[in-house]
Parts: sequence; structure tokens; C-alpha cells
Amino acid sequence: MKSPLLEVSDLKKHFFVHSGLLGTGAATVYAVDGVSFAIDRAETLALVGESGCGKSTVGRCILRLFEITAGQVVLDGKRIDDLSAGALRPFRRRVQVVFQDPFSSLNPRLRVRDILAEPIRNFRLAKSRAELATRVDRLLDVVRLPRDAAKRWPHEFSGGQRQRIGIARALAAEPDLIVCDEAVSALDVSVKAQIVNLLYDLQQELGLAMLFISHDLAIVEHMTHRVAVMYLGKIVELAPKRALFAGPKHPYTQALLSAVPVPEPGAARERIILKGDVPSPINPPKGCRFHTRCPYAFERCRGEEPALRPTAGDHLAACHLHDLPAAQKPLAAAA
Amino acid sequence: MPLLEINNLQTHFRTPDGVNRAVDGVSFQVGEGETLAVVGESGCGKSVTANSILRLIPEPPGKIAGSIRFRGVDLLNLSDKEMRRVRGNDISMIFQEPMTSLNPVLTVGRQLGETLRLHQRVSRRQADARAVEMLRLVGIPEAKRRLGEYPHQLSGGMRQRVMIAIALSCRPKLLIADEPTTALDVTIQAQILDLMKDLKSKVGAAIILITHDLGIVAEVAERVMVMYAGRKVEEAPVAKLFRTPRHPYTQGLFGAVPKLGSSLTGNATKLAEIPGVVPSLKQRIPGCVFATRCASATDLCRQSAPALELKAPDHMAACHYAPKEALAA
Repeated sequence: MKSPLLEVSDLKKHFFVHSGLLGTGAATVYAVDGVSFAIDRAETLALVGESGCGKSTVGRCILRLFEITAGQVVLDGKRIDDLSAGALRPFRRRVQVVFQDPFSSLNPRLRVRDILAEPIRNFRLAKSRAELATRVDRLLDVVRLPRDAAKRWPHEFSGGQRQRIGIARALAAEPDLIVCDEAVSALDVSVKAQIVNLLYDLQQELGLAMLFISHDLAIVEHMTHRVAVMYLGKIVELAPKRALFAGPKHPYTQALLSAVPVPEPGAARERIILKGDVPSPINPPKGCRFHTRCPYAFERCRGEEPALRPTAGDHLAACHLHDLPAAQKPLAAAA
Repeated sequence: MPLLEINNLQTHFRTPDGVNRAVDGVSFQVGEGETLAVVGESGCGKSVTANSILRLIPEPPGKIAGSIRFRGVDLLNLSDKEMRRVRGNDISMIFQEPMTSLNPVLTVGRQLGETLRLHQRVSRRQADARAVEMLRLVGIPEAKRRLGEYPHQLSGGMRQRVMIAIALSCRPKLLIADEPTTALDVTIQAQILDLMKDLKSKVGAAIILITHDLGIVAEVAERVMVMYAGRKVEEAPVAKLFRTPRHPYTQGLFGAVPKLGSSLTGNATKLAEIPGVVPSLKQRIPGCVFATRCASATDLCRQSAPALELKAPDHMAACHYAPKEALAA
């Protein structure tokens, strides 16, 4: 069996913060608390969840923008979370990122040509000036920008065009994996569709693997092969796209899907409205982290944390309800 | 007489490089207790329209022209003092960002009470009692204790509930909600939308809901007005608009939104794109504002602006080529 391109096992990232009036108390934010998943070559995995669930932190840990607290990140068979900065360099080329905000993620004082040339020079991908120039031209073609864009500055472009530049910059290093951290969230509807289509095409044409971090379930359904749903630093459900959208197995995923407004007036829908807010990751609930808001929580959920395990084939969920005898399963009706 | 009647609203801003025609000749009406959604992308003028109604546009550089009749009175003719009596009392507003629209150094109780005491001349004690009642109404548990808390102690969803409580505390006739759930997570958004629907039936205020999310429009609105580049391009009851959008922009907008469940129904792998970008509002556009991005635009579209006309009963669109149904004479 071939090993996956990226394998993350039991990843933890805890932040230590000062608390209290004088900042003397210490507290730990359990931002990511034991997350495992793998991404194959040319596969898109989406990481979804609401703000503060830790999805962006996972992305940043993989990029080594954060040092991880515990666990492992393995790229193509090689553990990269403990490499020194120097040893990491060749791996940096292989994992690139597209950020959410196209306004703050491009250096305003570099022309587009220089923004795109930087990774090419950095990783010595071009042998001559002429090759560098052709590469820049090709990148602009790939993201469907006119070639004369190279001469211009970031501020001359609209949000959607800037996001194209950001994507071109990520592609410049010829990566195997791109982390898209809410890459289309800041864009307007009509422009969003353009960028979603572009990412989709690139993924298909170049055979890229992608970690697509997003809170927008409809876009995720459109873009991805598999979906991981996060809640308070944990993955609660991980499944192939169709399986997840056809029959979510975790009560949180069910609520999340039912909460998305559907553009069909008068559509009759069973909506699960969750009570209350997401608890603080400083002091996450004992047992199942979702039990404080779960409509089906029972005794066991309050004491024992459910493991993420298969419910049917490659459909994983972390929920005790699946251990109940069929007759008592409230989920069966909902799913 | 409709509750609100806006005629040829033009809100322009003077900028160093020309006049920005943010809203350029928009007319619409809102009836008592009706929910009108205003849809469009950033820069289409939907928020400027909302702010113009309450005259929250700084003048200069802004300039509001046209007429905004609220229960027959043109708000543009009121003095500043008279206008202050309208704001928060007859017409109130909920903004997108609950953190920046609440005052961080005042308690929730103080901010709720302020509105009541300003407009309804009640005592501090009465104001407190009403404040508790309002917080209960918007579903905030332990309302009494919350009165003494500051905005930073509340979550985003709670803050938005407080904003709604403040907006409704004087029983306004019209509530303007500008992207009220955009900053919130989906599960919290579901709670707030549910609350707004529930309160609407209890309080009976008309609502102007400004949003870019077609899902929210479908769930909440009765009538929809679509704006593009400072102009109204289409208006219809919600069911009609979603069933047969008549303006190419509206059609494009519907095609560009991925729908939940798309992977189950078929192999919809490609979203419809609207090519290009929104035109600059600093140049006067002689023809149709959408012509530069419209697949079926002709010379006629580029030369003369289409008038907003009835294309079917109760369904208006501004397009030379939108098909017209036979209208009852």
C-alpha cells in the first residue's frame, strides 16, 4: 500500500495564555487536541467547523507556522514536525498556502512579477532570467490573469484578482499540497464562484492535493473529496463527501448541515437549532465535548470521551450513540 | 399609504477623483409589517441605501437627494433634532458587527436603558424593568445579571441578541437589519434568524433585511429587491424571484451559489461564473450597468439604460431583453 502524501497523527497544539486581572494566572487553550487524518496525492480534504474549532490552527501546524505541542506530521513518509529550519526547507517548497485575506497577504511594495518570482528564486527553480520570466508568465496564464499583470502592483487589482495572484504564488513553488485557509470566504458571490472554479480546475489539472479549510459547507461540498468536521479542537466526523452530506453520523454535523439557509423559498426543512454557544477551549467540557449542546446527550457522554471510529466503511464518527442498540438510536431517524 | 416610500434616492459621495454614485436613482416601498430583503454584492449600494434612510451619511462628502417618506413625512426635510427622534424610536437599525456597534465601556443595561429613557421618558427603574423584559424576549438567560455585564463578557451571538433587544426596545415600526448574521457562525446564525422571525410575529415591525446570502433571503423575506452598481435591477415577491429570475444579473447570482446537497443530486461540478468585475461608480454609465458582464448584452444595452418595468404581475426588472409575460390589462 502506498503511503499517503500527508499524515497527521494525534496532533495537539496548546497555547499558554495569561489570565486574570493582573495577568498572573496561567491558562491553557486547547486549540487542537488530538487530531489525526491523512491526505492522499491529488486528493482534497476539507476541514470544516465554526470559528474557534481549531481548523486554521491545524493548517498552520502543518505549514509549521506554529510549533506543535504533541503528535506527528509526516509528509511523504518523512516526519517534518521536528526538523530544524534548515532541514525543513525542501519540505516547505512542497506545502504552500493561500490565505483568506487577499489584501493583507500580498506585499504592497512588490510588483506582481516579484511576488511570483520570489518563491521561484528562493527554491532555485529557474536556471536563468529568461526561464524565470517564462515561469512567471505561465503562472499568470494558469490563474487566468493577463500577462501584463506582472508589471503592476497589488493595489491595482480587485479582491478576486488578488486572490488569483495569491494562488499563483502558492503554485510558483510547484507544491504537492496546498493549504487553502478560508481562501474564498472574503470574496463576493460572483467572484467567489470564479475562484472556486479555478481552484477546482487546478486541482484536477495539476493533480494537487489540497487541505481546504472553510466554514462554508455548500462550497466544501462542491470542492472536496472528503470532509473532516471539527468541534472544539477535535475531529468529530470524517467521511467521503457523499456519505457525509447524504447521512451525517454525528449530531453536530447534523445540526451544522441543517443550520445552513437553503436558497429555496418555502422549502420544508427539519432544522436542528443548537442551544447556547460553543464552550471555551480553555476549559473544554469533560467527556464528549459536544454534550453540552447535543440534543441526544445521555449519561455516558458526560463522563467518557468517544473515540473517532468507523461507523460504516470509511465513514468515521466520534459519538457514543452508535453503540446503542438500534431501537434506541435517535440518530437513525435523523440520518 | 405604504409605511416607507422611497423615490429616486440618490446618494453620492464627493471624492478627490470624481463623484461616487453609490446609490443612483433607487425607488421602493415597504408596507406595514412587511419584510423586504435587499440583495447584492459589496459596493452595490445596499448599505448606503439603508444608512440614507436614517440619514447616517456624513454630509459632506455625502449628499442624499430624492425623497424618503416615512408615514407620509419626508425624512430628508426634517431638522437634525427631529431626525434624532425618529432614529431608534420609529426606525431602528441592527448592524453587522455587534462588537463595534455596542459601546465597550457601558454595561448592557445602561445601553438598553439609554434608548428607552431618551425616547420614552421613563424612569431609571422602569427602564431597568423594560430592559430585563427585552433581554428575556430575545432569549438571553439570567437577564437580570446580564444587565450589569459589559459587551466583552458576551459571546458574538449574545451581543447580537443585545443589539436586537436595543433596536426593538421602543417598538419601532421599521427595523433595518444590515447583514445581521454575517459575522456569526452558522449554528448561531440559525438561532438569530429564528429569533428575528419569532419577534417579527410578536412585535409586528416591518423589516428591511440587507444581505448577500440568498439562503437567508429565501428563509426570511417576503419581497426581494436586487441591487447592482447603485441601481435596482429587479424586484419581486420571494417565491417569484427564485422561481423565475428575470434579470441576467439575478440569474447569474443564482447560478454562482453552490447549493447544499449538490453532490447527491447530480454531477454539478462547475459553478456558473459572472465574468469580470463590478464597474467603477465614479464614471457615469450611460447604458445598462450590467452590460460589461452580461453575456447577452447588445449595442442597445451599452447605449441606453433600461427602465425598470413590470415584466410580469408584481415582478419588475430593468433589462431590455427580459421576457415579458402578458399583463392583465
